[in-house]
Amino acid sequence: MDFALTKKHEMARALFKEFAETEAAPLAQEVDETEKFPSETVAKLEKYGFMGIPIPKEYGGQGCDTLTYAMCVEELSKVCATTGVIVSAHTSLCCDPILTYGTEEQKQKYLIPLAKGDKLGAFGLTEPGAGTDAQGQQTKAVLVGDEWVLNGSKCFITNGKEADIYIVIAVTGKVEKRGRVQKEISAFIVEKGTPGFTFGVKEKKMGIRGSSTYELIFTDCHIPKENLLGQKGKGFGIAMHTLDGGRIGIASQALGIAEGALEKTVAYVKERKQFGRSIAKFQNTQFQLADMATKVEAAKMLVYKAAVAKNTQKSYSVEAAQAKLFAAEVAMEVTTKCVQLHGGYGYIREYDVERMMRDAKITEIYEGTSEVQRMVISGNVLK
Amino acid sequence: MKVVVCIKQVPDTKGGVKFNPDGTLDRGAMLAIMNPDDKAGLEAALRLKDQYGAEVTVLTMGLPKAEDVLREAMAMGADKAVLVTDRVLGGADTWATSTTLSGALRNMDYDLIITGRQAIDGDTAQVGPQIAEHLGIPVISYAEELKVDGNKVIVKRQYEDRYHMIEAKMPCLITALAELNDPRYMTPGGIFDAYDAEITVWGRNDLKDIDDSNLGLNGSPTKIAKASDKVRKGAGEKVVPDSPDEGVSYIMDKLLTKHII
Repeated sequence: MDFALTKKHEMARALFKEFAETEAAPLAQEVDETEKFPSETVAKLEKYGFMGIPIPKEYGGQGCDTLTYAMCVEELSKVCATTGVIVSAHTSLCCDPILTYGTEEQKQKYLIPLAKGDKLGAFGLTEPGAGTDAQGQQTKAVLVGDEWVLNGSKCFITNGKEADIYIVIAVTGKVEKRGRVQKEISAFIVEKGTPGFTFGVKEKKMGIRGSSTYELIFTDCHIPKENLLGQKGKGFGIAMHTLDGGRIGIASQALGIAEGALEKTVAYVKERKQFGRSIAKFQNTQFQLADMATKVEAAKMLVYKAAVAKNTQKSYSVEAAQAKLFAAEVAMEVTTKCVQLHGGYGYIREYDVERMMRDAKITEIYEGTSEVQRMVISGNVLK
Repeated sequence: MKVVVCIKQVPDTKGGVKFNPDGTLDRGAMLAIMNPDDKAGLEAALRLKDQYGAEVTVLTMGLPKAEDVLREAMAMGADKAVLVTDRVLGGADTWATSTTLSGALRNMDYDLIITGRQAIDGDTAQVGPQIAEHLGIPVISYAEELKVDGNKVIVKRQYEDRYHMIEAKMPCLITALAELNDPRYMTPGGIFDAYDAEITVWGRNDLKDIDDSNLGLNGSPTKIAKASDKVRKGAGEKVVPDSPDEGVSYIMDKLLTKHII
């Protein structure tokens, strides 16, 4: 067992750190304040191959591993969680299912431009009535001749209006399983601009405010028959497997937010003076920092372990769930404590920890709430 | 078109500076980066690769760990890398360094050699022009802009109060300023490829047409009497005068007492 990063991973981390600090950090506050999608940063992410890190070179990607991708999301999220989730949703939720389940034609047509960064990806599973209960899907797809016709809507979709290519989950019929009638769910690839595919309102969020979160609306939206992703009826499994990978991305985002807040706070407590000495000299500060640093390190180990498991194990659901559960809760706890250590200044928007605390909350919710992660983990414990 | 870029691993100014007992830098003990002027030179070469399909080779002399900057250069897009490393080359000043690098360059094909103007550790700006002298080729220093036209280079050379437009036939050597461009980032895939790539490693015996008396610490005419890290000064004396006049006369007294004025 070796906990040290290889030299190439170290160099990749240095690259992501330099990029994040130079390109993403100066815009983080503005992106949050104005809720503006950071298009300029995304263009640079695309230029330098950050949008296809774990995708093989033959499909336009960088040919790196999941750990490298996780470190990219982590470093970006240290300074700007919005930028982190753009990369995560694109890579884990759109590129990855096409790589895993797509036909060669689908990979050529969709994965290559996605991995090269020419196109941005998104994933639509959640519906107003189907969040944690993903079986409660209402969006329907009916095969009419050579086309699937989609009707319904998806909500809270990350990269919503900015994306070009969407993975959409929809009900394609009914099946009987163990004597019970269940919805048959399938996955599809939908291109922006397809007639009948429109956007609802932009969501106004507590955090990750620069991320483009929209409702996707399908009204008699015709897509080619060959845009079925994977087999008909296998959509639920595809969605769940996709979310396993996505959770590694979100766990990395949460880890980055926690690390970023801790870094800012360490700098702050050394400078801030009360009662004639820096607050870093108080034992309360020291012990809180010690606890936070330890939890962040533990989160990092879980996140990296899950990332490595994705490349080395057939199933990594439990590792991904544990990483996401722990990292998200650490992010929330650490950012809350960091705001507290900043005192009144921590409540002011001028200080980054205020944004980081708001950004952290979503990591406990999306791509499976902490409660869902506990269901996945306990299911494995009790099996 | 073949371009060789000479790059140097230098101490990261963010880390502390450490010295050997002989006054030379203890490079093994310091955090290291690619020298900024050299990085601009590499970017200029990579643009020639993008534009004309030039083959870019990076060359460095240093400790085995200088391999890191070569991998970084390859992760940015350089095609090949050569590391010159040998115990007998240690402690080299600019003369011994340029002698060594020209000994390596005599084994290589090049139309253009690019070096940084100067390294942030020594700040001499001598190695580039010295290499050109050793090899008997023209040198254009302080390049702020670079164009290639057939077998010529056209360089805008920065001076303190003016600039020169200079044309030279290749092969020639150019020393680059950090202002020449904004170097590109590495790519993640480039990093992975760079660590799979082979780096050519040369020792003393691979250097062509050079004499041992011009190598390493012994071959360096520069002798360092003493080197030290910057010394932190104390907090100083804090005086709060009752009036500006009192403050001025206090300062004047001090200056007179210390014979500064």
